[in-house]
Amino acid sequence: MTFADWLSDPVNWVYLAIGAAVVASAFRVVTSQNVVHAALFLVATLAGTAALFLMMSAEFVAWTLVLVYIGAVIVLFLFGIMITRAPLNVEPGLDNPKARPLAAVVSLGLFVLLAYTSLQAFGSDQLTDVGTPTDTVTLAESLIVRFVLPFEIVGFVLLAALVGGITIARRDLTPVEEEERGAV
Amino acid sequence: MEALLDNFWVVLLGKVLIVAALIPAAGLAVGFAELKLSAKMQNRMGPYFAGGRWGWAQLLADGIKFFQKEDLIPEDADEPVFKFAPALVLLGTVALFVVVPFGPGLIVQDLDIGIFYALAISSISTIGVLMAGWSSANKYSLIGGLRAAGQLIAYELPLVLATVGVVVMAGTMSLDGIVQAQAGWFSETGWTGGLPFVIPQLIGFVIFFIAALAELTRTPFDMPIAESELVMGYLTEYSGFRFLFFFLAEFANMFTLSAIAATLFLGGYWAPFIPDDVLQFAGPIILISKVAILVFIIIWFRWTFPRFREDQLQTLAWKFLIPLSLVNIIGTAILKVVI
Repeated sequence: MTFADWLSDPVNWVYLAIGAAVVASAFRVVTSQNVVHAALFLVATLAGTAALFLMMSAEFVAWTLVLVYIGAVIVLFLFGIMITRAPLNVEPGLDNPKARPLAAVVSLGLFVLLAYTSLQAFGSDQLTDVGTPTDTVTLAESLIVRFVLPFEIVGFVLLAALVGGITIARRDLTPVEEEERGAV
Repeated sequence: MEALLDNFWVVLLGKVLIVAALIPAAGLAVGFAELKLSAKMQNRMGPYFAGGRWGWAQLLADGIKFFQKEDLIPEDADEPVFKFAPALVLLGTVALFVVVPFGPGLIVQDLDIGIFYALAISSISTIGVLMAGWSSANKYSLIGGLRAAGQLIAYELPLVLATVGVVVMAGTMSLDGIVQAQAGWFSETGWTGGLPFVIPQLIGFVIFFIAALAELTRTPFDMPIAESELVMGYLTEYSGFRFLFFFLAEFANMFTLSAIAATLFLGGYWAPFIPDDVLQFAGPIILISKVAILVFIIIWFRWTFPRFREDQLQTLAWKFLIPLSLVNIIGTAILKVVI
């Protein structure tokens, strides 16, 4: 298939438009000089990614992205930013020109790595049944039956991270402090 | 006509227009019910003059008034964020209508992951509320936005977990499928089919209803907009049609969340002793009467309970509702396997 063939399909225009929006807003996430704006551009990036998943009929992944990342993670980001300091104007200190070469190397390396592994894994395979989303029963069977061990391990790792997070955030009181707390 | 109905874009346009007409209608109906019921409960008359009788045109007049107002944006406000926030809040409400089944086949789009979609898309409103609170350049707004976000995060979990019990019992996440699973009727062998899930899932229903009240920021969970201490919280700086957007989203959201609660737990458009061919036409009426009961209870709560304190609200969600809903899921799953 030549590029002209690929471009003649209107579906691919939609893909290009969404992809360009995702890239542009991802770029604004790192260049924006206002923390809240950066977080909001991250919302746009994630929403665009969810739309790309929808285009591949991966409904469940797309809505998981919306529920978990936009609905919970970003909300917590914004909550954390606003509860500490969230100036309405630009903060020039947010832009760090010294870190740019390093950031370029890291992001380029990540891109090459992901592109290489995807090409190695899928090559020229094409999605055949785009348009019919995988029904939840099939999805659940592969997640809970076939891949149950990785699924449980990921759950266990997340639990460990949660316990670690609570331990770091919550320091136990010394006996003296506890007495003071009790006296109040 | 047939060919026209087969055209995807024509059907899509029709569906969008119907939903776009339905949301203001639902919002106005719920808003008017609130005005009149509040008046009744406080031994007042309520709106009386507008429209000539019962003051039925009161909210229409209010709406027109809002459109005439100046579109005020505070000087220090972050303009693009300030302008976009109401649209985002309304988007979360509008998109919910997509999966609500009003009758057999009478649904915008029956998604296989219906209820999951509904929960995901309604969480977008939280971002809009935070955006409104932050961009207003007002301390009251910021505190209101933060309170709203803290509350919505806390009650999102019990809301999601309470639906899991229903999904386990129905064996599907499609809202139409959930209604089908609750349909039952008398036959020679007694009751066949399912029961409205409010009976086996009473705990789930109570958790869902409390969490939905908190998601709607209705009394007793109305700290984010508490008039007496925060002068409407994140809404303080909004006026004109942007305020109208929030106002409409709140009342339309009461309708949609009640519709989803009715679909999940009260049998949706299904009612006992009504044959299937009648259900085709009676479906929307049955669903809307169930919604009306739930909306009435929500309004009733407003004039019955005082506002929670912030710490009481968080305690209720994290220490009580979430563990209870987890126990509910475990119990439902065990019963599903055993029976």
